[in-house]
Amino acid sequence: MQHTTHFALFDEGSKKEIRRAILKAVAIPGYQVPFASREMPIARGWGTGGLQITLSIIGKQDVLKVIDQGADESVNAVNIKKLVNKTTGVETTIETSEATIIQSRHRIPEVSLTEKQIMVLQVPIPEPLRWVEPSEFKTKKLHAEKEYSGAWLQLFEQIMKYGKTATNADHPVLVHDRYVMAPSPIPRFDNQKMHQSEALILLGAGREKKIYAVPPYTDVASLAFEDYPFEVESFDEKHCHHCQATNVFMDELVDQETGETYYQCNDTSYCLARLNEQETLLEVAVEHAR
Amino acid sequence: MQDKPILQVKNLVKQYGSGCSVCADANDEVLEKNICPHCRTVYACRSISFDVYPGEILGIVGESGSGKSTLMKCLYFDETVTSGEGYMTPYEAGMANVFEQSSQQQRLIRNTILGMVYQNPVLGLKMDFSSVGNIAEKLIAAGDRNVQRMETRSKVLLEHVHIPLTRMKDEPKKFSGGMQQRVQIAKALSNNPPILLLDEVTTGLDLSVQASVLDLIKTIQRELGISMIVVSHDLAVIRMLADRTIVMLNGKIIEQGLTDQILEDPQHAYTQQLVYSLI
Amino acid sequence: MAYVAVKGGTEAIEASIQRLQFERIQHQELLDVKTIMATMRGMVDQVMSESSLYSEFLAALAIKQAEGNMEEAVFLLRAHRSTLPRHYYTRVVETETMVVERRISASFKDIPGGQILGASYDYTHRLMDFDLIDESEASMQTWLEQYLVEEVAVSEGTDLTALPKVVDYLRKEKLLAEVSEDQTEPIDVTKRSLQFPTTRGERLQVLTRGQTGAVTSLGYAAIRGYGAVHPTVGELRVGKLPLTIGHPTDPSDDFTNDYYIGEIKVTEVESFVPITVQKDNHREELEFEIGYGICYGQNETKAIAMSILDQSLEFGRQGHPTQDEEFVLLHIDSVESSGFISHLKLPHYVTFQSKLDSMRRIKKESGQ
Repeated sequence: MQHTTHFALFDEGSKKEIRRAILKAVAIPGYQVPFASREMPIARGWGTGGLQITLSIIGKQDVLKVIDQGADESVNAVNIKKLVNKTTGVETTIETSEATIIQSRHRIPEVSLTEKQIMVLQVPIPEPLRWVEPSEFKTKKLHAEKEYSGAWLQLFEQIMKYGKTATNADHPVLVHDRYVMAPSPIPRFDNQKMHQSEALILLGAGREKKIYAVPPYTDVASLAFEDYPFEVESFDEKHCHHCQATNVFMDELVDQETGETYYQCNDTSYCLARLNEQETLLEVAVEHAR
Repeated sequence: MQDKPILQVKNLVKQYGSGCSVCADANDEVLEKNICPHCRTVYACRSISFDVYPGEILGIVGESGSGKSTLMKCLYFDETVTSGEGYMTPYEAGMANVFEQSSQQQRLIRNTILGMVYQNPVLGLKMDFSSVGNIAEKLIAAGDRNVQRMETRSKVLLEHVHIPLTRMKDEPKKFSGGMQQRVQIAKALSNNPPILLLDEVTTGLDLSVQASVLDLIKTIQRELGISMIVVSHDLAVIRMLADRTIVMLNGKIIEQGLTDQILEDPQHAYTQQLVYSLI
Repeated sequence: MAYVAVKGGTEAIEASIQRLQFERIQHQELLDVKTIMATMRGMVDQVMSESSLYSEFLAALAIKQAEGNMEEAVFLLRAHRSTLPRHYYTRVVETETMVVERRISASFKDIPGGQILGASYDYTHRLMDFDLIDESEASMQTWLEQYLVEEVAVSEGTDLTALPKVVDYLRKEKLLAEVSEDQTEPIDVTKRSLQFPTTRGERLQVLTRGQTGAVTSLGYAAIRGYGAVHPTVGELRVGKLPLTIGHPTDPSDDFTNDYYIGEIKVTEVESFVPITVQKDNHREELEFEIGYGICYGQNETKAIAMSILDQSLEFGRQGHPTQDEEFVLLHIDSVESSGFISHLKLPHYVTFQSKLDSMRRIKKESGQ
């Protein structure tokens, strides 16, 4: 019985097949390309779409970063990193700027990405119209006809009901003025990072068997009415209690003793980098003072 | 009346079933009404041609099964025609056969050039969305992205069709049949379509409501100069609204002309029967 | 001194995996893969069927590794399956060639070749057999020896390799709806994702891979009221089918060069379902259509339920969810459904924070 695994788990034929789907996705920004999604050693719904993309594009020179809900050390992120590292031996990092491939669930890092990087997002439900129309056959047709009134109408109804749009994460975006796309459940805060992104963004939905993409320098607009502009999560007057950062996406925590709410950076590696920088500055200052 | 029709339909055919050697030329001798006795193919519309001029109301009258509702569905692209041509001046200057366009183009035509009021409100409304949302849907489809403007427009239209504004955020499923129909009319009118299709819109409404709806349609037509096709089995409705009238029977046009003329001097036996029953 | 990232995740995972291993062996009892293969036929068959990989050995190993957790065992085997290169498709198998172990018909009492009950739980009394607690090697041997002598005496003389299909009888009577032979190469659903509307071949593949419980439940719904299928089991067979592949370098259809690669045990069901057909003289007639079910191993309930769903989807679209191919096909896969349900255990801090933000805004707006 054979026990050795191929580089990056897949045989080269499978990788090529997935890369062909990726190329098609890049050529048609925002369009969901069906692909023969494989069963992976991790569960469907736990990032198999992202993982299949990562495994099919990764090379020996790559440096991989994996985050889950903003954290490099989240169990699922660690687990995925472990699997890729075990089957490829590539170097992993928590430093966003060092990574060439960043696989993430539900966040885009705070540090801006560059042309040399590829952002791989894990997607649970790739169809932005799924809550308007349950049938895949029909949503495919709606996309073909560029018929998105359903998605807009949902926003309109929210405004009528609540006086505001009430979307959470996964707020739909219009890509390259053609396809409405689910940005994956990233917070609205991260939607803006997709617009004219320098890095290639690849999105993979393993269970739903779709791959789609936002190529570098592509227009990405969050759906919003003229008089009800798109609003991101607000952390006004809040700062990270570790690194004092403001204007980043934050986790809300409660002090068990005082019962007070405090905040910290959701992007843990960003926070860490800032802390280290402050430390260095302090050391330099101390050095100078001497 | 102006020279150039806003809508031209030429030889529209709609059949259900593939036909057989017996009914190949679909003539009256072979068919039972409009159905082939051999293969059961239904010839719902048999080579229908007509024009609609700007600002005119064209009436189509006929019994159920005459093909008039199918014709409306074909014009609104709910059904695909078997063959035939259709030209609308607001689309490609009336040079392109709308039935041959891609479904994307047909949707564009539907969203910007046509309005439709179905006999059954379930077909025209989203019963679980607010009434104002239902109207906005059509505006959104036509490209409006301003909530304030759409809300204002919806309010005007709802008032126009006598829906109290206190109920504008209610879902149509909470409304009576008459109210649902009025929301549907408001929706169809929302983006000022140059062509409005009305399929048995007053059927099933109270007489007083019927009168106010008919009045509303008339007013709209006068104010906005919208061209309309009004389909009804009720000649009284046609008499009240239509400038010109087409009489359909078994999928064919059997008579057409000015409404007054048809009422005064019906030629076809079936039309005569219709007219006499009205008096 | 620089700050260092918390390493909690890595360690926690490691500890959890250790704990899992401990749970499996803490009672110091070991189960041989061989024993599982020999005694857990039902589980092995179900795992092979749901993972669509025929290997009793690997299925048994997966069961051992998963401590008998079926969804986990299926998952393991599926994941393994996707690492295997697939070089050949076998020749089409004609199920007439099945070496039958069991074969019944609910439609005809006397079927050519006869009803063969074979091994079945159907007529066992479901009473706990407490004798099994002390079952001994010796008693097992005695029983076996005696059985084999008697059994061989009885079964000699019956050819179990060429039993005619019950369906042929209906076909002769012209009671079966006519279908022309379709030689189109089927689409492999593991190589191309489903595109709707699907072909029957795709539907059958997804159904046979479906989770036994899910297929059974939906099939049950379709005959209980949320569907319109009224089936009679025309024939249910359990037995072994030989598999062959063509000569790798000989593209012709010359079967004499074929290689025999082994046999698989399957359960096959042909259900007869009456349907209304339009005849030329515009009269309507009733004819039978076949609902087809097949799965690896002996799993009769699943195969019958599959035959029901096959028909339900073939003639569906009357408004029942069991007639909606997207509803049925997209929700019966064990790995997909269990995966997505279990992903809810993953942290959703970011998405939840986004929800909180949205709710607070609305509350603020309404002045609360």
